[in-house]
Amino acid sequence: MSTDTPTTDLALSEETIPDPGLHEHTWRPTDIDERAERRAERQVAGLFIASMVMSVLFVVSYFAFEIGENIDLFLGGGTSNIALGTTLGLALLFIGIGVIQWARKLVADVEMVEMRHPASSPDEDREETLSALKAGLEESGLGRRKLVRNTMIGSMAILGLPAVVALRDLHPGPIDISVLERTVWQPGLRVVNDTSGIPLRPEDIEIGQLVNAEPEGLVHPPGEGRHHGDHSDRPAPIREYLEEAEDWEHHIVLNEMAKAAVILVRIEPKDITFSEKSPENWSVDGIVCYSKICTHVGCPIALWERKSHHLLCPCHQSTFDLADAGRVVFGPAARAVPQLPLSVDEEGYLVAQSDFLEPVGPSYWERG
Amino acid sequence: MRLLNRFAGRLSRNRRGSVAGLLVMVLGLLITGTTYAALTPAQAELRSHTDTELIQEGRELFLVGCAFCHGQNGEGVLTADGERALGPALAGVGAGAVDFYLSTGRMPLQAPGQQSPRKAPAYTPSEIDALSAYIATLGPGPGVPAHGDYSTDGLTDDEKQEAILRGGQFFLTNCTACHNFDGSGGAMPWGKKAPTLKGVEPRHVYAAMLVGPGEMPVFSNDVLRPEDKRDIIAYLESIHDGPKYGGVFALGGLGPVSEGLFAWLVGIGACVGFAIWIAAHTTRSSKKKGSEA
Amino acid sequence: MSNPSVTSQVADTNAGTASKPAKPSKVGGAVTWADDRLGLATAAKKNLRKIFPDHWTFMLGEIALWSFVICLITGVFLTLWFKPSMAEITYMGSYDQLRGLAMSEAYGSTLDISFDIRGGLLMRQMHHWAAMLFIASMFVHMIRVFATGAFRKPREVNWLIGGLLLLLGILEGFAGYSLPDDLLSGTGLRIADGLVKATPVLGTYMSFFMFGGEFPNNEIVPRLYAAHILLLPGLILALIAAHMLLLVHHKHTQWPGPGRTEENVVGYPLLPVYMAKAGGFFFIVFGITALMGGIMTINPVWKYGPYNPSQVTAGSQPDWYMGAAEGVLRIFPGWESYLFGHTISWNVFVPGMVILPGMLVVFLAWPFLEQWVTGDKREHHLLQRPRNAPTRTGFLVAMMTLFGLFWIAGANDVIAVLFQLNLNHITYFMRAAVFVAPVLAFIITRRWCISLQRHDEEKVLHGYETGIITRSPEGGYAERHAPLSTERAYTLTARENDKVLEAPNGSDVPAKGTRSTKIRAKLSKAMFGVSVPKPTREEYLEAQEHLHHELEAGHEDSHSPGH
Repeated sequence: MSTDTPTTDLALSEETIPDPGLHEHTWRPTDIDERAERRAERQVAGLFIASMVMSVLFVVSYFAFEIGENIDLFLGGGTSNIALGTTLGLALLFIGIGVIQWARKLVADVEMVEMRHPASSPDEDREETLSALKAGLEESGLGRRKLVRNTMIGSMAILGLPAVVALRDLHPGPIDISVLERTVWQPGLRVVNDTSGIPLRPEDIEIGQLVNAEPEGLVHPPGEGRHHGDHSDRPAPIREYLEEAEDWEHHIVLNEMAKAAVILVRIEPKDITFSEKSPENWSVDGIVCYSKICTHVGCPIALWERKSHHLLCPCHQSTFDLADAGRVVFGPAARAVPQLPLSVDEEGYLVAQSDFLEPVGPSYWERG
Repeated sequence: MRLLNRFAGRLSRNRRGSVAGLLVMVLGLLITGTTYAALTPAQAELRSHTDTELIQEGRELFLVGCAFCHGQNGEGVLTADGERALGPALAGVGAGAVDFYLSTGRMPLQAPGQQSPRKAPAYTPSEIDALSAYIATLGPGPGVPAHGDYSTDGLTDDEKQEAILRGGQFFLTNCTACHNFDGSGGAMPWGKKAPTLKGVEPRHVYAAMLVGPGEMPVFSNDVLRPEDKRDIIAYLESIHDGPKYGGVFALGGLGPVSEGLFAWLVGIGACVGFAIWIAAHTTRSSKKKGSEA
Repeated sequence: MSNPSVTSQVADTNAGTASKPAKPSKVGGAVTWADDRLGLATAAKKNLRKIFPDHWTFMLGEIALWSFVICLITGVFLTLWFKPSMAEITYMGSYDQLRGLAMSEAYGSTLDISFDIRGGLLMRQMHHWAAMLFIASMFVHMIRVFATGAFRKPREVNWLIGGLLLLLGILEGFAGYSLPDDLLSGTGLRIADGLVKATPVLGTYMSFFMFGGEFPNNEIVPRLYAAHILLLPGLILALIAAHMLLLVHHKHTQWPGPGRTEENVVGYPLLPVYMAKAGGFFFIVFGITALMGGIMTINPVWKYGPYNPSQVTAGSQPDWYMGAAEGVLRIFPGWESYLFGHTISWNVFVPGMVILPGMLVVFLAWPFLEQWVTGDKREHHLLQRPRNAPTRTGFLVAMMTLFGLFWIAGANDVIAVLFQLNLNHITYFMRAAVFVAPVLAFIITRRWCISLQRHDEEKVLHGYETGIITRSPEGGYAERHAPLSTERAYTLTARENDKVLEAPNGSDVPAKGTRSTKIRAKLSKAMFGVSVPKPTREEYLEAQEHLHHELEAGHEDSHSPGH
């Protein structure tokens, strides 16, 4: 009972109606009618037999059907999966329904009463435990020998350090956060079409065109190895980068793609609002290039509307205006999407003027 | 350069590159022998007497059905306030755009609105041919894609498989952001939609990439090459016609949202239904047991 | 208990086990053999015939248990072929559309399981469906426990364990979603990376430690694999064991009714009834999962393609249990602060790390809050009908409304397409609705509960509506009411009246803790001052007399025999 509340439990918990007690037990048809009982028995056994049949059919389908086989009988679905799933599912369901039917119809179903006990142990047990605890603690001298106790607690607490420090090499070596500020883009590096890797010329791109692009060297056509082009006539830093890029491991390529992916669009120059943030000399005849990585949480953004010039992120619907320095016009993103300054190299291909001038992708504490 | 390639695209679907385009153009010039063709490349096409008739027929259809919004000569019409285009100018949109808009029923519009949805075409194929031919005379633009542009019929099985493989990657890079991984379509800002690609004719998929209808960006042949476009179509056909490996119900191909809905409706629904059955009281008899009676 | 002899009578009439004592049975021999070595008979004696009450809502937690077991079974199957490695391979398997493509071993082996291992796709889909059911059933189970007050003493610890299980289940699900290294997994991880990076001060380093470098790198799949198949399921199993042990120790709660008291539990014995019902239910849940895995496609990773950080697809949603988090992330305004050269992303940090974890914390703290306000330290084994705790039910519905709105917001693009709506309008609507709708839901639910209480009182005092219309000699029409059966009336009144704490009077003596006492009194009034008190015995007897009188009068008037 409550100890610290000014309530009058007894008066309030008085019953409106006295407890009439358990309802008298009534019998089921299966309890009193032998025919009903036998029928139920047959039902249950029938379900179990049906389950056996299904299990056998599962084995048959396992060997009979090829994955991806398409038989009209199964409404054009992948036959193997459907046959296996249906037979297994029914085999299990029939067992389940059979057992439940058995419990409902044939197993005794007379309501029973069991008394509860308080969740706590009986008082004497609690006393005994407390005195045992006290005796044990006293014998250990933990209370008296403070030095032993405190140093022991200290030693265990310090043990947390090795546990945490041992995880330090989850990232082996020093952590250089400044890599988040850099991408592989560098002056003179060509912008190439993603997937096919072909370089782009301004005249290839029409008004209203969207090109999902990457820096040269990062992408290669699917099914073909990384291309080993001839870069001998390219400027030295780019040549070095491209040669190095061909030796990169898969995950390094992905890491760089995750930052360097861009989209390139061509807008009627008169529709573009050039500003200090997005100067005209960063674009080539209305071709502007922006990071494809959302400044919200980093999804690639590629839903571009050619008429409104808006770029929508499919993950959280942040919308950016590519005709106005990548400004946020809707959604949860806080910052404009970074722009990559473009120019044209001697052979007439689109190249980066430099790397992005700010970190791409989502914000982080040290971003400033 | 770009123009030359356009001619190549229209006359010979399998030849590409500036040289091929140039040759075709020269050939065209020689055959027609008309000087105006050389001066205005837009009309430098093979035109027989029947073409002229076709163009004339197209012009008549245009005046009846399209000129109200697009102007008597396809120059476009502005709204009363002069701010927006009631119907845009059609010079340079090309026969491909006309064919796309008319055969998918997107034009004529019932009312000028935000997005023209797909519906049954209002014109017969021959009328569409006539209108396309007429609009093509207004200025150079993409032509109507032909079967050879988007079909992988001529390829060996290995080449077809490679085409599908490449097409999948082009599709995931350029298309899925709006049209979804299964081509089910997706939402765009302010009530616009990227339509579903299921059941869309390859010709229209191809034309849409070339033309960039509505808000859809253009994917020019110089960047997304004709064979890349063909591969995308081959991939789309392969996933739409191929087996539904996972079962009869693909749940709309909409991703985890519909999966979650079905987990609750079907999964939890069925489990709770069984739970109610398990806990329900069985039929009771008013009779007593033999021993008690 | 008014009639304790019922137990013995009932036990005697049970046919079966005890009726054939002819010779020591095989079972007897086996038990003796085992008990000689294990000595389990003492524990088993109390528990084999343990009584569980029967109600369908008591089986919701069981769905969670069984779907977890199904996840374990199908998961073991999947581990036989899945390779948790992000090393690059060239896929050479049976799926035409991707053959020849470079991809991670994790994704390649997922394709192998789907297309080259017979039954592999079925197991993958069953695993995924069972995981969705696992978390969904934990939700409905928690809603049931909360709505009926089953979390009250002595079950607070089990409520906390349940909450922890839900959290671990969601993490386990997310880890599993990320393993195949397809486009959706990668996009999900990228969003998780953005969330981690938004954590003030430590975020960037946490991200680097998580991925072993920059996103995506080649470490995260093996790390999540260890968490997904060892760490998290181990913790979940241990907590499930604790959850079940406590369930057995406390004995199950029951609905009030004739013969059901705070001191007893009425129902059916574990052996044989619940062994059969629970065991059968396992097969049923398993069967449903298998059927779903067989005919309903889930997570078609082959269409998403291997993860490529420059690709994305419309419909990039997480699984449903992360849908609410996704929704908050979508509708939150783009707020960001720049302080002393540091960036604080409120737009990512608050939705991801504050709002939804905050909701869970409030739910977990509720039993203690309620106990503090009521000062009620008694044990409660009889459940409350949701209507009889109007404030709590109102709060639950308000939170469910909020969660539902977040959920819808997380699917706003799909909804926009399916229902021809405007994406931006949905977002604007949600930004307002998450503040307005829960409040409305609270008010409406609470009023609704109170009128249901009134309706109950009406039925107890004035009987139920028989549907028989009588015409009085004066020509007026009236519906005849008949009294409820005693059992029914007892069930409806078997509840306690809510008590409101009195505010301490005389504030001139600033006693210790006065402030908290005042807050407590105010809360008590707000939370418990609304219920309709149940009729007193006098009121009931008086009304019964009146009702019988009226009924008899009615019988005399009419020719119908009545009942």
